[in-house]
Amino acid sequence: MSSGMAIVTERGVLERLLASLAQAPGSLVPTQPQWLKALRGQALERVGALTLPTTHMEAWRFTNLSALSRQSFHPLHTPTALKSADITHLHIEEATTRLVFVDGVHAPQLSSINARAGLVVGPLSSAVKTHAAVIEQHLGQHAAFQDALFSALNTAFLHDAAMLIVPPGTALATPVHVLFISTQSDVASHPRVLLVAGSGSALTLIEDYVALHQDTYFTNAVAEVVLGANAQVEHVRVQRENDQAFHLASCAVSLGAASRYHSASVALGAQISRLDLSVLQTGDGAECALDGLALIGDQQLADTHTFIDHAKPHGVSRQLHKCIVGGAAHAVFNGKVMVRPGAQKTDSAQSSRNLLLSSKALVDTQPQLEIFADDVKCTHGATVGQLDSEEVFYLQSRGLPEAVARNLLTYAFGAEVINRIPVASLRRQLEQTVLQQTTGQL
Amino acid sequence: MVQNSQTLLEVRGLCASVNGIEILKGLDFTVKRGEVHAIMGPNGSGKSTFAKVLAGHSAYQVTAGEVLFEGKNLLALAPEMRARAGLFLAFQYPIEIPGVGNSQFLRLAYNTAQAERGHDELDPLEFDDLVREKMKLLEMSPEFLERSVNEGFSGGEKKRNEILQMALLEPSLAILDETDSGLDIDALRVVSQGVNHLANKDNAIVLVTHYQRLLNYIVPDYVHVMSAGRMIRTGGKELALELEERGYDWIEAEAEAAGTLS
Repeated sequence: MSSGMAIVTERGVLERLLASLAQAPGSLVPTQPQWLKALRGQALERVGALTLPTTHMEAWRFTNLSALSRQSFHPLHTPTALKSADITHLHIEEATTRLVFVDGVHAPQLSSINARAGLVVGPLSSAVKTHAAVIEQHLGQHAAFQDALFSALNTAFLHDAAMLIVPPGTALATPVHVLFISTQSDVASHPRVLLVAGSGSALTLIEDYVALHQDTYFTNAVAEVVLGANAQVEHVRVQRENDQAFHLASCAVSLGAASRYHSASVALGAQISRLDLSVLQTGDGAECALDGLALIGDQQLADTHTFIDHAKPHGVSRQLHKCIVGGAAHAVFNGKVMVRPGAQKTDSAQSSRNLLLSSKALVDTQPQLEIFADDVKCTHGATVGQLDSEEVFYLQSRGLPEAVARNLLTYAFGAEVINRIPVASLRRQLEQTVLQQTTGQL
Repeated sequence: MVQNSQTLLEVRGLCASVNGIEILKGLDFTVKRGEVHAIMGPNGSGKSTFAKVLAGHSAYQVTAGEVLFEGKNLLALAPEMRARAGLFLAFQYPIEIPGVGNSQFLRLAYNTAQAERGHDELDPLEFDDLVREKMKLLEMSPEFLERSVNEGFSGGEKKRNEILQMALLEPSLAILDETDSGLDIDALRVVSQGVNHLANKDNAIVLVTHYQRLLNYIVPDYVHVMSAGRMIRTGGKELALELEERGYDWIEAEAEAAGTLS
């Protein structure tokens, strides 16, 4: 941390960021359509009006951003020229379509876009030329920024963004990998994803955050995912930033009638990370399953806030959120399930399971259920515990040293979520990462 | 043969407690290679505690006595070192471990034992051949390899999985803690055949059981009666039949009269 900062105001980090907006790539893009400029203008206004969240605000009670407020981030000045060979270790073999952003800037030389019948994949600048109507209809319309500072900030900086538009009835056999790579210290980037899955379409999206350096930086990400009627989306989100990073993200999902959405979110990196995931059911009979895993140690903080909004009848939601917390780390889970008036026959189950690996590790978990309909089936529950000593003894009695037994059981706890990721090679990668992290922490 | 007469396990005056309550109160017990022992006794007599103390469960504190395993101080060893030295406990209630694949677990345990003996470890393919062969002995479907350790297994399937581990680890002393409980007659036959197949002149088996019926399948050389934390009677296999008929009260009464029960 730099010592030269005398007075740090709460808005300091924001003002420094905004001061740089004028030089940010895309800030003076004459080609951006009027509606997009207007959207960014509104967002910028909200950034000016909102303040940095503090622990006095209910939604940020456990997540202290003072470490972030002391930082001085700037937008990318000189893009890093990465070659394909630099990122081959980040490839996911099943994904034949890959869209890569380096420090927030689209990197066509690293991307690989397989032309397929009808699928639109690409950066905003090109997609907006051909699909302005659908993009205007959805971009910035699901991730509300009126009262959400970081979403507003992301939207104000909107320039490069990953656009995925799946035409109705199109089922993609292989996953699309959207990869956000950080390469430079002190850079703030604002990754943005819009996925519009037309009615009856099917797609697997992998949203992946990595770093190729060990310094501090700021990722401020927003994703919007829209499912038309009967669409099916598998959304894998992997946050494997470096351990100095700040990663603040929100994801807004809109579910059409009888659509099915599954997300598997894994949080491994960052000194402070936060994911606000909200799922709104806009049609009857929509289903969602949200699986989450946070595996943290040292001084890390990982916060997951989810909101499942059953606004229509016959909806189904399933949620399993797990935290494995070592060192002096702190995991936060707040999961709200709302059943609106008239959302009859809603079937919802939520479970928060937490494993503490040390006496200084901390978990705050808050499942919340608000029901305004009378014919529903809703359950929720939370557990916080340590490794089961009987399980450790069982493994020891078969010759495994205690440390190995504990690692294996810790790994197994996380594997339940990892096993639900529908991409085999990514599962294997993450299993390896989890094994390494659990071994390192014990 | 000299080998046959070698003492494998020697327990002298063993006292152990859990949460400050004394369960084992001066227990003596000797096992030689090639022998099969049965330990019977009423509920709460300390049979399962004895098995867990031998395996090294940390919930039990040994307060007095000694245990020699192949002449070495067993109580000084961590549970995993006891296992590697050749001690095996088949659990009364095998633990379910969701997320750990059964074949991964079995291979890890097997390779740990192999390394301890200075033998080569097996890779997943080689191990697969071996474990499938052993599973035939217990009439287990290979499907159990794909599942998590004991997760969703029936009582009988869990017990078979325990004996499968015994078959892989080839312990010199196997303690089977109520392996017969919860088994139907067919499963009892299969599990017993498996155990009999594994018994030889160099190893020994200790059966902890409530019921005589197991001893129709695995015939013991000695039957011991345990009561209030001690062995109060030792006899041949016919003692089990007598217990089946007459219960434990008469033996306890006789022991009390003789002053061996406090």
